[in-house]
Amino acid sequence: MSQAMMRVTVQRYRPEQDDAPFMQEFEVPYADDMSVIDALHYIKDNLDGTLSYRWSCRMAICGSCGYMVNGVPKLGCKTFLRDYLNTGLTVESLANFPIERDLVSDIGDFVEKLEEVKPYIIRQDAVSVQDGEHLQTPAQLTRYRQYSLCINCGLCYAACPQYGLNNEFMGPAALTLLHRYNQDSRDQGRDERIDIVNAEEGVWGCTFVGYCSEVCPKGVDPAAAIQQGKVESSKDFVMSKLRPRRSS
Amino acid sequence: MSKHSKQYQRADEPIFWGLFGAGGVVAAFATPALILITGLLVPLGVLQLDYASVNAFASNWFGKLILIAVIAFPMWHACHRIYHAMHDLKVDVARGFFKVFWYGMAFVVTIAAGAYLIAI
Repeated sequence: MSQAMMRVTVQRYRPEQDDAPFMQEFEVPYADDMSVIDALHYIKDNLDGTLSYRWSCRMAICGSCGYMVNGVPKLGCKTFLRDYLNTGLTVESLANFPIERDLVSDIGDFVEKLEEVKPYIIRQDAVSVQDGEHLQTPAQLTRYRQYSLCINCGLCYAACPQYGLNNEFMGPAALTLLHRYNQDSRDQGRDERIDIVNAEEGVWGCTFVGYCSEVCPKGVDPAAAIQQGKVESSKDFVMSKLRPRRSS
Repeated sequence: MSKHSKQYQRADEPIFWGLFGAGGVVAAFATPALILITGLLVPLGVLQLDYASVNAFASNWFGKLILIAVIAFPMWHACHRIYHAMHDLKVDVARGFFKVFWYGMAFVVTIAAGAYLIAI
């Protein structure tokens, strides 16, 4: 029985020997249920063991396998060869990030930005265990729930033209996480995060292109979070004129 | 904790974004109708608009308010959009000058339109 084959073009870059990234073609056996990371595994196991790429969970929750697939930011585990039979398949490292090696992009800047927005619940008043749990109504949950589904895969950064033009911009995922905690009724850290929201590098660096929301593999809507952030920042702008929050 | 505790400057964008948003609403709802009426239907003779009735409309305060809204807000909208589109097209020279230039243009048009309307 002859096995159907499919050509996969993969970006290679080995900094110790290549001056610039280049494209390399591989023939991989085709199956209907084969994902992009399955194809990369086949290449690494059978054709070229030096190929480097990130992956882990194979089920769209770890956020490791973000690549550009035919120029569109995609998760390798959630993208299938069967959808590229007519177009061919080209896999590259995530756009807007430096290339570390082959398909591995350096997402250090993104991780720093995530830390910067303090993506955790901040309390001003200490609450003891005896006080019981924080109760939240379904309405309060709805305010932030979809934003909490982010898996930090970085696809939205690869999609964002503003981040591509100027990576001082905090970018979609970080601003979405920031908004997620500001919207959480248990959180009291808004004042520690609002300076980032108000800045040019914050929500105001966004021009509402909306591609971030289109490529998000988890159905999060970062563009909406950022526009809501603009409303928050505008309110804060007016309030700061009427009643200065603190000296700064 | 994060490595670089950066100082963030408050952007002045809320003012311009507010005007941009107002202009967007006006441009979406009123501008197409205005273009249709004043740019097509009246010149083609489909619709009659005589000077006296337009003048009467621009002579009372309600009419003046509507006119300044449909002139000034879309102007702020367009100037804000062009200013940001320059950055999108990687024209990043003299940002300060172009900020004054574009928002200045919207400001001048607003003041001029306001002055004309008051004079009517």
